[in-house]
Amino acid sequence: MSIPVLRAQNISKAFQGVKALDGVELTLRTGEIHALMGENGAGKSTLIKVLTGVYTPDSGGIEFDGVAIAPGSTREAEAAGISTVYQEVNLIPTLSIADNILLGRQPRRFGCLRKGEMKRRAEAALARLGLKLDVGQPLNSCSMAVQQMVAIARALDIQAKVLILDEPTSSLDEREVEFLFGIMRKLRKDGMAILFVTHFLDQVYAVSDRITVLRNGKFVGDYQAAELPRLKLIGAMLGRNFEEMEHLREETAHAAPSRKVFLETHKLGRRGIINPIDLNIAAGEVVGLAGLLGSGRTETAKMLFGIDLPDQGEIQIEGEKVSIKSARQAVQHGLAFCSEDRKSEGLIPHLSVRENLILAMQASRGPLRLLPRKEQDALAAHYIRALNIKTPNAEAQISNLSGGNQQKVMLARWLAMQPKLIILDEPTRGIDVGAKAEIEKLVHSLKSQGMAVLFISSDMEEIVRTCQRVVVLRDRKKVGELSGEDIQVNRIMNVIAHHDE
Amino acid sequence: MYEGFFSGRVITNLFADNAALGIAAVVMTLVILSGGIDLSVGSMLGFTTILIAVLVQQKGMHPLSAIAIALGIGTVFGAFMGFLIHRYDLPPFLVTLGGMFLARGMAFVISKESLGIENAFYNHMADFGIPLGGKAALSATALIYLLLFALGIVVTHFTPFGRNIYALGGSEPSARLMGVPIGSTKIAVYALSGFGAALAGAVSTFYTTSGNPTTGGGFELDVIASVVIGGTLLTGGVGTQLGTLAGVLIFGTIHSALDFDGRLNSYWLRIAIGGLLLIFILFQRFLTRTSALTR
Repeated sequence: MSIPVLRAQNISKAFQGVKALDGVELTLRTGEIHALMGENGAGKSTLIKVLTGVYTPDSGGIEFDGVAIAPGSTREAEAAGISTVYQEVNLIPTLSIADNILLGRQPRRFGCLRKGEMKRRAEAALARLGLKLDVGQPLNSCSMAVQQMVAIARALDIQAKVLILDEPTSSLDEREVEFLFGIMRKLRKDGMAILFVTHFLDQVYAVSDRITVLRNGKFVGDYQAAELPRLKLIGAMLGRNFEEMEHLREETAHAAPSRKVFLETHKLGRRGIINPIDLNIAAGEVVGLAGLLGSGRTETAKMLFGIDLPDQGEIQIEGEKVSIKSARQAVQHGLAFCSEDRKSEGLIPHLSVRENLILAMQASRGPLRLLPRKEQDALAAHYIRALNIKTPNAEAQISNLSGGNQQKVMLARWLAMQPKLIILDEPTRGIDVGAKAEIEKLVHSLKSQGMAVLFISSDMEEIVRTCQRVVVLRDRKKVGELSGEDIQVNRIMNVIAHHDE
Repeated sequence: MYEGFFSGRVITNLFADNAALGIAAVVMTLVILSGGIDLSVGSMLGFTTILIAVLVQQKGMHPLSAIAIALGIGTVFGAFMGFLIHRYDLPPFLVTLGGMFLARGMAFVISKESLGIENAFYNHMADFGIPLGGKAALSATALIYLLLFALGIVVTHFTPFGRNIYALGGSEPSARLMGVPIGSTKIAVYALSGFGAALAGAVSTFYTTSGNPTTGGGFELDVIASVVIGGTLLTGGVGTQLGTLAGVLIFGTIHSALDFDGRLNSYWLRIAIGGLLLIFILFQRFLTRTSALTR
């Protein structure tokens, strides 16, 4: 126990003069699960990329088993015994599971692949995780959770001593998270050092032995998990006291929504995608859609927004029956949809903050009536201030912003349209606690302005904090609806768990 | 309808007549699988034919040496384009477009006019044939194509290099994080493409016994069309060599059918290929969409 296997000292790294890491330290010991915590922009991703050879540090050194190493590529880091599973599953969707697990280190004979041996090894790697899959099927035919497991199996196939898991749980439901934790504990017993990056505090305390906290690229501390109370951890991450969230909950409880129904659905459904569902959302109301992964939350949202067309039922807006056959029509009816997958369904990475922000507005004007530059600048300036978007200026390329700030730009894009109903699909996924609180606060203020909000999240506590009514989905079916005092995490869980009786 | 169309001889001729197309398509499949494109193959083919013709006719070189030199130049040329694409992160479309003009220009520098090749070796090549019974015989060009095709299958589907190409085309950022050697794979792919184009040029000198700096105008598009008809996705990551063979044979069959029926003009070939291409692309889209739905 307790032998340092990896020690990074005084690591600094700057990008174009901006210090992403400044004298950071990290020590991993064999047989421990070590959480790396920090807000977005704290330097977690940069540190991981330094450890895995994607970036070369400007100063500082890494020792592995007492020997100084300087990995120049992922491959060299892997050869040294450091294996990584990244936040967004970084595998090749078009290749088979076996190919993905073994890419770059396939067993070969006379320069050719040994396909039988590959199948055997891939199955063995999955078996270590307790999975049995057809390893010949292409990866993109699997669910996100399975893809994540494949990524871990890939990391385990090399005889790594250090396993880095960068937000492995962000797309898993609770059962899958438990399963993953089981695997992590097993690996810890085998003497593996695991660096675990996550935003979920519960998960940190559930599995971690030690916690390293970073803030603004600087090292804050290395703590024993058992000796660090939550509030202190949050304080260390944010560098300030943290009472805003509790505050919010009280306000929410006191708000009495006026019931002026904006959107209503009757038996709206699509065969094989979502069972007929009744929903209604009033102006100035936040309605939550809760449920496990795959319960049909996003599918419902996409149906309302005209992306997946329903084949039964009807939608009424302000009492009148409407037909929404495309996202464009949905926008015309005053709907807005902030997608959960901001990377591939929302942001245009090469465009600037301003250009991303005005996209929806420009699209609704048509290609010929260009939004005057003055108005564009005014809009961008307004929302950067109003939403507290942290960007050097409005012309910065959006891909350089942190996840939370990208999310705010997405929100701003739709808010600029002044919608009557905004659908937020996992608006806080993969962003840090501070930005989360800001987005929750923002939802709250939208509601006060009389906007209807459909709020989708897998974070139950967030739903409890934010929503006045909660519609619970399970297995693509609406199984219950809670409101007022009934909105509590355990009640929601009960509805999800016990609808079979 | 066409008597004698499906005789063994027509089939072997199909391979012989389309050997240059087929050879270029084998390597183009690799390029497209890697997520790239190579527009320079037509010009490279033209350059190679005139280079070989001049070396053999005017410099008195043995054809095999001339071909070896041409293959070397093609490989280096392709590798250089691959280097530019990788090192400076340039779009393959533009780099190979530049390569296309460059190679065509070089062809005209060598000779402005076409040049016939009269050489004993070429006569032997023309007479060469492995009898397959009946009137059918496998000519030298068809044999080269089939050998390269077999090699292509092995490289594409049975080597780690092939997997790396698929990975690159499937998702380049992921491939990088998974430790795929991006640079060497890319450079190798374009080097192979240059080699394939030069080999296609050499084969086409066997077929026509001449070199011509204008040969191969639009050839690269025929090649790309054959590969896409064969089911390879232009975005990379999905496709097979067997599919490309089918694409080449479909392309060649339409060609032969039009040759067989003297009433039809060559522009009908273009119309047929254009229509087919559109149908196949729609078909592919339909297939990928249904498979996405059944998940």
